[in-house]
Amino acid sequence: MEQEPDTNVSTTRAANAAEFEDVSLRRGAVLALDHVTLALPLGQTTAVLGASGSGKSTLVQLIIGLLRPDAGTVRTLGEPIDFLNPRPMRKRIGYAIQDISLFPHLDVRTNILLPATLSGWSEAGKSARLDELLQLMHLPRGVLDRYPHELSGGQQQRAGLCRAMMLRPELLLLDEPFSGLDTMTRKSIHEQFLDMQRQAPVSTVLVTHDPQEAINLSHGLVIMKSGRVQQWGPVAEVIANPVNEYVSHLCTALESLPVSTR
Amino acid sequence: MRALFLALLVGGSLAGGGAAAEPVIIGSKNFTENYILAEAAAQLLESNGIEVERRLGLNGTKISFEALVNDAIDLYPEYTGTISEVILGDPRLREWQDVAAAIADRELVLLEPLGFDNTYAIAVTRELARKHQLQEISDLKSLPQLRVAFPHEFLNRQDGWPGLRVRYELPQRVRGIEHGLIYEAMEKGQIDATAVYSTDGEISRAGLVILEDNLGYFPEYRAAFLARNDLPPDVLSILAALSGRIDNERMQELNRTALDRNTSIVEVASMLLTDAGLMDDAVAGPSFLPQLWRNTQRHLKLTLIALALAVFTGVGVAILVHRHEKATHTFLYFAGLMQTIPSIALLALLIPFVGVGQKPAIIALFLYSLLPIARNTVTALQTIPKAYRQVAAAMGMTRRQELRHVLMPLAMPHVLAGIRTAAIISIGTATLAAFIGAGGLGDPIVTGLALNDSSLILRGAIPAACLAILVELLFNALERWLVAPHMRMSSTRL
Repeated sequence: MEQEPDTNVSTTRAANAAEFEDVSLRRGAVLALDHVTLALPLGQTTAVLGASGSGKSTLVQLIIGLLRPDAGTVRTLGEPIDFLNPRPMRKRIGYAIQDISLFPHLDVRTNILLPATLSGWSEAGKSARLDELLQLMHLPRGVLDRYPHELSGGQQQRAGLCRAMMLRPELLLLDEPFSGLDTMTRKSIHEQFLDMQRQAPVSTVLVTHDPQEAINLSHGLVIMKSGRVQQWGPVAEVIANPVNEYVSHLCTALESLPVSTR
Repeated sequence: MRALFLALLVGGSLAGGGAAAEPVIIGSKNFTENYILAEAAAQLLESNGIEVERRLGLNGTKISFEALVNDAIDLYPEYTGTISEVILGDPRLREWQDVAAAIADRELVLLEPLGFDNTYAIAVTRELARKHQLQEISDLKSLPQLRVAFPHEFLNRQDGWPGLRVRYELPQRVRGIEHGLIYEAMEKGQIDATAVYSTDGEISRAGLVILEDNLGYFPEYRAAFLARNDLPPDVLSILAALSGRIDNERMQELNRTALDRNTSIVEVASMLLTDAGLMDDAVAGPSFLPQLWRNTQRHLKLTLIALALAVFTGVGVAILVHRHEKATHTFLYFAGLMQTIPSIALLALLIPFVGVGQKPAIIALFLYSLLPIARNTVTALQTIPKAYRQVAAAMGMTRRQELRHVLMPLAMPHVLAGIRTAAIISIGTATLAAFIGAGGLGDPIVTGLALNDSSLILRGAIPAACLAILVELLFNALERWLVAPHMRMSSTRL
């Protein structure tokens, strides 16, 4: 596949949101990613599941070009990352992280609109998109004039999602966006996320350490441990055929959940 | 917003400066007599229709002479003994003719002497003189426990204490003291002996006795204007009218009058000229408010220009280097080093390069302002959580956008605090700029020190303190305007 001319790849519609081809990356003394090869399909939500330090955040940072692999190739939206000019690619991607993703010095409205402001959108265009997003994420208008620290955790994460969605991204990268929330809030935000995916589907990579969250929200699973991919594929397939003890241990937890929630 | 703020700073400070035709710039050292003579020269020239600029109160011979040589002033009152000993370093030159001939080689001209001889003299209190039967300097030899303090300049110059000690074999240990404070110290009995100028108006008032220079140690100090030889001839000939018109008694009287709280230097100088028939109408002393306004304006100008430069440099360089450990270290080290140089020393060091007046003052204030601004900016930028930079990068921001929308706003509270500190330091330090003729609120302070007039000192000190408070308030307002409520530093401090 990699021998194919680049022109071919960029003109045809990419089949995968992101592809890793034998990617390794050392961070300090740790081998954060160890010969990772996988493909995250477009039009789906893929959960990257693993304990902390398993390399799952590294995976996401590689997709958006915040990190550069020591070896191997990362293709994002069908093209190898251009590290000299990664910005056009980044503008096609929405990125939200845990806790502090909103800028504390800007009110919520300015935060959400910032990507559009930087891209030179018109006021009318911005405000129309803002209305859409508020509705989609069930965020009350009242929060717009407040600063992030004045919002509840759930509202902050929803606002963070709104900002990630602002430019109608082709790919959404969510790095443990819901992990700081209490169970009730998390449950309701999960429902809103699924609702959003039904109304306006976006390819999503969701990093999480919570198996329940992974299975509730995603079509595919990537299971990571110590920088290595243990297994990846559609959720049902992984659950049905765990390749090793680590995966099967996780799957035991998954099987006890009602599959119908998906 | 930041750009606007900077533009305001610079615009406001530059508006204060303006060019004029070339006036004759008159300097003086910072003691009463020198003030009077310089002011008299200024008034005499002005009454003859020549435009004059005053840079009075320069801190000592070195600064005054450097200023003259570097064309920062055109003339100032000097003394023959000082020229031969301190400036030319040739004590054999005693007569005015010899001194004038020698100084001519430096492209300077020493005008004819004004008349009096203001030599150094050793003074003791009347009680001490009576108690120990003191009459001449040799009598001090037997009193090693005497508390002696000399003005700093006398303490260090060759024709001062070092030579005096050797010639008279004096055993005392001596301390340095500000010239303006010696009479007060003598009157209060804090010191027993000091060096005075023989024309000081305070000698008789403070009840001091002058000891005879029985070994003829002190050279003559005949006062005369020392001027640049490129001055227009008419200026020199107008000033020549004062030659030989002031004898020792007259000078003592003028000095004493100047000590009177109700008579300003301007009035004393005017009295000198009208009494000598050189000027028809007396010049009124400066009225309080316009003077205060002028000083405040000048003070603000010095501080604001220096501060604007320091903001540009400090913030700018901090932004450039904060990601590089070594460059940051070097920069902060340099800025810190500047902070350790005593302000008067820094001002003096700058004179050979930029002369006296506002330029060295601004440079010195700039160097002092640099550290608080740079350090706060660097610290603020370096402590911004990495996640914000990641989110900014992931959003596709350029470096410039990241700086404008994320880094600077997050750093702003600390940056403002640094600028505020620098501003307040500058307002205080700028009072010292008067020592090198930069004017400002330090002017009345320096003059007040020379005249031992605390009300005059307060006329500079109080407005300077008010200015500092005003700046504090101004920065509070600025912070309210630039920084989101929950990120303000001053509000959380309260």
